[in-house]
Amino acid sequence: MRVFRELLRRPLALFGVVIILLVLLLALSAPWLAPYAPDEQLFEGLSLEGAPLPPNAQFWLGTDTLGRDLLSRVMYGARTSLLIGLVANGMAVTLGLLVGMTAGYARGVVGAILMRFTDLMMAFPALLLAIVLAALLRPSLWIVALVIALVNWVQVARIAFTETSALAERDFILAERSLGAGHARIVGLHIAPHLVSTAIVWGTLGIATTVLLEATLSFLGIGVQPPEPSWGNIIFESQSYFTAAPWLVFFPGIAILLTALSFNLVGDALRDILDPTQRGRG
Amino acid sequence: MANYLVQRLIQTILILFGIAAITFLLLYLVPADPAVQIAGRSATAQTVANIRRELGLDQPLATQFLRYLGGLIHGDLGRSYAQKTEVMTLIAARIPATITLMVAGIAAELAIGVTLGVIAAVRRNTLLDRIVMIASFTTISAPQFLVALLLLYVFAATLGWFPMSGFGSPAHVVLPALTLGILGAGWYARIVRSTMIDVLNQDYVRTAKAKGVAPLRVVLRHALPNALLPVVAMIGIDIGQFMAGLVVVEAVFGWPGIGQLAWQAIQQVDIPIIMGVTLVSALAIVIGNLLADLIAPFIDPRIRLR
Repeated sequence: MRVFRELLRRPLALFGVVIILLVLLLALSAPWLAPYAPDEQLFEGLSLEGAPLPPNAQFWLGTDTLGRDLLSRVMYGARTSLLIGLVANGMAVTLGLLVGMTAGYARGVVGAILMRFTDLMMAFPALLLAIVLAALLRPSLWIVALVIALVNWVQVARIAFTETSALAERDFILAERSLGAGHARIVGLHIAPHLVSTAIVWGTLGIATTVLLEATLSFLGIGVQPPEPSWGNIIFESQSYFTAAPWLVFFPGIAILLTALSFNLVGDALRDILDPTQRGRG
Repeated sequence: MANYLVQRLIQTILILFGIAAITFLLLYLVPADPAVQIAGRSATAQTVANIRRELGLDQPLATQFLRYLGGLIHGDLGRSYAQKTEVMTLIAARIPATITLMVAGIAAELAIGVTLGVIAAVRRNTLLDRIVMIASFTTISAPQFLVALLLLYVFAATLGWFPMSGFGSPAHVVLPALTLGILGAGWYARIVRSTMIDVLNQDYVRTAKAKGVAPLRVVLRHALPNALLPVVAMIGIDIGQFMAGLVVVEAVFGWPGIGQLAWQAIQQVDIPIIMGVTLVSALAIVIGNLLADLIAPFIDPRIRLR
């Protein structure tokens, strides 16, 4: 609660929270609030020449090349993008924490192997890997989430490792062990709680990365597949048309940008609040 | 020093070996079958089997991997399935275009990022500083393709100052380089701002000011060189970011570099090319990090190599 109040006192973080809530609201209420069905090809959605319509009174954000209402598609797209953002990042943070905590607590051979593997992944061109995997596996929403999780867990693992190995040296852990506590109990009850703020910070910052990655994969045509709308694939579908109908790139683009920006702003503020040693200066 | 270099070299080779192994395994596990892709949709099972044998794809995984590694040690990346040419030749032909883009992109990043960072530090806690910081946060959160498309819309389609896509003249490089520059500048601006604030608070800067050195000279000649150390480290790391993002930028601008080569190969399940580009990118990342570590002691003698 204290954290939340402090968050709302920072103007940039407050802006982020408001935007996130707004996007969340639009996503959740899409079935009721969206003016049209996202895949409904409207007769009045195209001009007499068959071109998409710019924003007007009936279609607030205009229509796309198939005469579908862009506002409805962007609202439904928010569902896809946020769902992938939450699921993929949740998986990445969980995997990162597990690997980092195991390596930091066990150390020895297991720890060394896990951390060398993490180093290896750091040198991996992550976006290239994601693109290759997403293109070769038949893309679906869950595959995209999985691919994103597979390339995004590394940073969390490194941080969890550093924090856990520092904690494992501390006296209270030694005391716990001399009292006969098992490893699972020590890690679960005495180490994991110290990593909660790391998980919260990366859980927030990571969503920004994930939303961007999903948009990029979908923009290349290898992410979420049409007709299911995602912000990235709305742009993918209208890319060749964008000089004539820039709104088709502009509005979903703004949605991606604002969402990623908001999660970055909130995540950065959370890091400042939760971890005073990392506090930004100036 | 020599000891350190040898150690890092061995580390580099091990990392590349590991990356080769992981990529190989992943591509093997993926359900897309290159033989089917090459044979075409109307091919008989016999043709597919022949192609598979010709490419050595009927061998066990371990044999295939050892054969690949054997080639790799001799600098042989294998042959492209679709183009029947050495992967090394294909990549070598594309490298100049990619390096041109990389150099131009990093120059743009530095020009925008360092300038904004210095301005924000000198005018810290003013409205200008706030604007610069919000702008850098925004560019960090922007998807590459969006920046690319917006630049294309404004400067190519509407104003007609630069060509939409392609390669060849200096005008072609401006928009792709600017895309990379805008996207990366935010990181540099933030880092330069925070180190610059530290440096500006140091005694020697106060001494220079007290001696009556012109304010601009204090900032540019006395403070800035010392604030650039993290920037050098950042360039090394940036090369990695850059290599990874290459596919998108090259695809949007039709830039004939290795990113485009990889993108075409991905669509044709041309595994040797995908492997080759992944390894070259990983090599660039590792070399970038190595260079950052090696250059640091020359700029700042306080840093010693271990």
